[in-house]
Amino acid sequence: MLNCKQASQLISQSLDKKLSLRERFGLKMHLFICKYCKRFSQQIQKLHVTIHSISKQTEEDENIKLPEEAKKRIVKSMNENIK
Amino acid sequence: MTTENANDWLNEHGDYLYRFALARLRDPHQAEDVVQETFFAAIKNNSFAEQSSPRTWLTGILKHKIIDVMRKKNRETPASELMHESDANMDEFFDDKGHWVDKPQTWDVPDNLLEQKQFMGVLQKCIDKVPNKLATLFMMRDVEEKDNQEICKELNITTTNAWVMLYRARMGIRKCLEINWIGH
Repeated sequence: MLNCKQASQLISQSLDKKLSLRERFGLKMHLFICKYCKRFSQQIQKLHVTIHSISKQTEEDENIKLPEEAKKRIVKSMNENIK
Repeated sequence: MTTENANDWLNEHGDYLYRFALARLRDPHQAEDVVQETFFAAIKNNSFAEQSSPRTWLTGILKHKIIDVMRKKNRETPASELMHESDANMDEFFDDKGHWVDKPQTWDVPDNLLEQKQFMGVLQKCIDKVPNKLATLFMMRDVEEKDNQEICKELNITTTNAWVMLYRARMGIRKCLEINWIGH
């Protein structure tokens, strides 16, 4: 029987790879009896999705602009380097 | 690509490229730098094919620049901090029988927008607390939806190493959230 440490490891790994049949079975059994790991599992999965969406929000937020000084600096360095 | 072109492209795509970089590097200065390097590389090599859009082409260059920065961050971490399966020290999370030291509490990622915004703020702080190397790997995995093999190749680590590191990063971020979000 898996302990919580092993179960949490598998829960994390399940986001990164397909678990083996044996691992999946072991994890399922553990989650069936352990409400803490079940909680952990739900939170970790939701976090994974949320982080992805924060990044998307930054990418699509038109209020975030390349600062003017940076633009000037880039133009200047391009002009210097094109010669 | 001519300088004139470059100026137009900077005006047209500069903001987008900056946001793209910021979403991944989370550091405004580094994001500015990679955008600068991208335009620099763009005027230097003329591989732009007319059939592709300038934005797609520039984003392709930018991606490589971002990975370079991540790789560099990764190298700067001392080798002693490299973790292997056997020595992923999880003592702060589990006792020697493998039971939770602090049992996971009930909390949820909020559904309403206002609360979500606050949550993102806390989450960002928690990600910043995680050691750089872990955060890099974590962001690459959780932001890019890249598969492990690809990330490992880019960062020169083994897949086992990556699983352990991702596990540790997630444990740390979750715990930090639990402490700082429940009590908000």
